[in-house]
Amino acid sequence: MPISYYIFLAVIIFSIGVTGVLTRRNSIIVFMCIELMLNAVNLLLVAFSKMHHQRMLVLDSANITAGTEGQLFVFFIMVVAAAEVSVGLAIIVLMYRNVHSVDINFLNRLKN
Amino acid sequence: MNTFQITFWFLSALAVFSSLMVITRKNPVYSVLFLIITFFAISGHYILMNAQFLAIVNIIVYAGAIMVLFLFVLMLMNLNKESEQQKNKYLLWSSGIAGGMLMIVLIAALDTPDPAIITKPGTGEIGLIKNLGTKLFTDYVVPFEISSILFLSAMVGAVVIGKKGD
Repeated sequence: MPISYYIFLAVIIFSIGVTGVLTRRNSIIVFMCIELMLNAVNLLLVAFSKMHHQRMLVLDSANITAGTEGQLFVFFIMVVAAAEVSVGLAIIVLMYRNVHSVDINFLNRLKN
Repeated sequence: MNTFQITFWFLSALAVFSSLMVITRKNPVYSVLFLIITFFAISGHYILMNAQFLAIVNIIVYAGAIMVLFLFVLMLMNLNKESEQQKNKYLLWSSGIAGGMLMIVLIAALDTPDPAIITKPGTGEIGLIKNLGTKLFTDYVVPFEISSILFLSAMVGAVVIGKKGD
């Protein structure tokens, strides 16, 4: 598969995520669209690590672990996303308990 | 067209379709279920690129843990009876156009005309657990431990925020 196919797929999924963040008002769905964007970036990182691995193999066939770092970064992105989701959902539950809604328009009155 | 290409196109179509469904469904529970399908399609892409460790981690962490968390929160809130209040129609259209413009600009900017840069599916050993684990516990052991501290603080933060009373 040419690398541009993976770029296009990741860009399409990322743009769908951006559109979802802009159009929806339910804060949980906005949160899910952020996860969608993170996954698009992860897919692109894995594709680039694969591409880098193959190019380095052509240059230096002894270097069989080139490109491992990209996949490790994806692993750390997943770790950070899991931590972010737990705290974010706790904040959404707290907001729902106070105002009985998850509409993001209530968030602009956060200071009162 | 060989098996890899057929699988690639099928998984891509599935991912795009179900992520479109995520942002268009009215009921948030359907959105969560379609997001799980998207994650499975992306895991299929990882397997196609022989990144087996990430495919398994993606299924376990995202489809298994995070999406169950989303589903639990949604079901605790019981939002189904009050449907989501719609935004202004012009605002909806303009944000849709903005997302589409972003997509067009990014595709036009990132279009590499060199079709020789390929990722050969089903080859390479870097995605296997042996290689990734060796790298993770030798060169990247400090970020690994720091991420455990991050998890601890996230756990404490979630408990403190979600605690009832006072």
